[in-house]
Amino acid sequence: MIIVRNLYKSFKTGNTELTVLKDLELEVKTGEFVSITGRSGSGKSTLLYQLGLLDHPNSGFIEIDGIDILKLDRKQRTDFRLNELGYVFQDYALIPELTAIENIAVPLLMQGLSIKEAKKKSFTALERMGLENRENNLPSQLSGGEQQRISIARAISHNPKVLFADEPTANLDSETADSVLKAFLELHKEGQTIVMVTHEPEYAELTERILVLSDGKISTDRKTKNK
Amino acid sequence: MSRAVMKKKERKLKTSSNSLGLAIRVGFFLAVRQVRRSNIWTNILIIFIMTLTFLNLVVVSGILVGLIEGAVVAVKERYLGDIFISNLLNKSYIEQTPSIVKTIQYIPEVSAFSVRYIESGKIEGNYKDLPQTKKSTDIDKSVGTQIVGIDPEKENSVSHLSDILIEGEYLNKNDYDKVVIGAMLLKKYLSFDSAVFSTLDENVTIGSKIRVTVNGNVREVIVKGIVKSKVDEVDRRVFFVDTQLRGLIGRFDYNADEIVLRLKEGVDPNVVKSQIVSSGADLYARVQTQEDAEPKFIKDMKQTFAILGAIISSIGLVVAAITIFIVIFINAVTRRKFIGILKGVGIHGRAIEVAYIFQSLFYACIGTAIGVLLVFGFLKPYFDANPINFPFSDGILVATVDGTLWRIGILLIATFVAGYIPARIVVRQNTLDAILGR
Repeated sequence: MIIVRNLYKSFKTGNTELTVLKDLELEVKTGEFVSITGRSGSGKSTLLYQLGLLDHPNSGFIEIDGIDILKLDRKQRTDFRLNELGYVFQDYALIPELTAIENIAVPLLMQGLSIKEAKKKSFTALERMGLENRENNLPSQLSGGEQQRISIARAISHNPKVLFADEPTANLDSETADSVLKAFLELHKEGQTIVMVTHEPEYAELTERILVLSDGKISTDRKTKNK
Repeated sequence: MSRAVMKKKERKLKTSSNSLGLAIRVGFFLAVRQVRRSNIWTNILIIFIMTLTFLNLVVVSGILVGLIEGAVVAVKERYLGDIFISNLLNKSYIEQTPSIVKTIQYIPEVSAFSVRYIESGKIEGNYKDLPQTKKSTDIDKSVGTQIVGIDPEKENSVSHLSDILIEGEYLNKNDYDKVVIGAMLLKKYLSFDSAVFSTLDENVTIGSKIRVTVNGNVREVIVKGIVKSKVDEVDRRVFFVDTQLRGLIGRFDYNADEIVLRLKEGVDPNVVKSQIVSSGADLYARVQTQEDAEPKFIKDMKQTFAILGAIISSIGLVVAAITIFIVIFINAVTRRKFIGILKGVGIHGRAIEVAYIFQSLFYACIGTAIGVLLVFGFLKPYFDANPINFPFSDGILVATVDGTLWRIGILLIATFVAGYIPARIVVRQNTLDAILGR
């Protein structure tokens, strides 16, 4: 599903160059639930941005579902994100003037669905997240947990090949975080490939496989008891 | 996976969501919700700015053009009419006037006409106070002017002189030794000291006797009325009943100096002019439409004010475009993170740009609609009823439907561009930087 070879990413700040990812190698199989952990600044999110086509590495090779994504042009990358990937951001990243169902529907409209079809599909995604009674609420009228589940609903509404989640529980209290994790686990049970960045070990343990990032490389790659 | 399969997938990606129609649909979806759910006061403020911008575009230049248009209308209404017939340059009056008048009477498009007999002369007020024998050192208090003989009814149906009486009464057909005098011949109505325009003393008023000298004849006449029109050609004339003046100047052949025609509503003056010319009248007179006969300084002023109006409109348009640019740019910059998120979840930049174009067009359309209502529902009727009292004209607001539509069109194009550019600038930024607020 995901193959990463010799991935290299650095940032320039003035005259100094900070290398975040160094010759990183990684493979994720279809249907796997992988967590990426590591200390703050270890490059977890940076790796996710490269995999999620939100950023471009300096060099290397990334293949997702058989496509060399680094060869895609700007429009193709946008299309790839739209059609093949789902992305859950740390701070929910909902559009404030769109209701819950509209937030989910926008990418579906961009895929060419009619408003009716998009809303129907969005409602199904909301139901999966147990938020069918919140469809017409604006993000400001929802709790943090609800907003994050809307964000997940948006990410899965078009049945993506891979679901990326960047510290999806970081801004939530433990009870709400548990419910969000539960939602990921259920998606995984249905066969969804998930790559999640987290710095919380107990949540990482709930996934199938833990990758620990250190010095720009994967220092540990171990299967959990859930595998 | 083989290279062929990969290529097939890439081809599918290229065409999956790239159509302009889709971008417009998604852009409209986003724009409607962004406008509907943004702060009502912000919306009102932006629409208010757009309305002011539209008014700046239409009203400022409209009043400027209206300033001169008021003068043009006044000259037409009070002096030239729709068709103005005057003597040939090498003749002192219009020969064959009766035959020209006969032709005019048979033209159905003519609603009214007036024949004017004109002779240069002079008038004196308080002449009884002057010494009987004039010394060379005595000041000459006479005022040179044009003495005009009119049929009061006919003249009134063309130039509505009775409407511009500021004192006294209008002439009637049987008046004898009574005159209506233009306000600029009286010191009390001339608001400036002029070496060029000599005037009668301040105590000359209704009922005063003045002495008129014309063609060597001297008459004492009573001032019956005073007219003021802001048209010098009217305000510096003395009007007699034509029968008396013809006697004074010995014009027994009925040959006149000016014939002024008022046409029925919607009639093209050039058509009537051609009819008159084709009768051979041009052998004896200059036949001109009001536009032909307009004094050159008015034509020059019209051109000057049109240029000024165009300059002010252009500045207004630039200000409008910059205003929209700033509004949309601030909106887009403050929403940079959300633009990044939309791009992050696969919304095409073009759809986001379209959303901002729709928003700016929405604000422009609502602001313009309110502006149009204000201009045509309130300001234009108000200024038509209450013209601005400028020294040389009654300024009106000139706002034609054609001109306004033209300006709306230009404003919408400017809005389109001014909405697109800032959206484009923000949308072009790196997606991740936008999301992370870097």
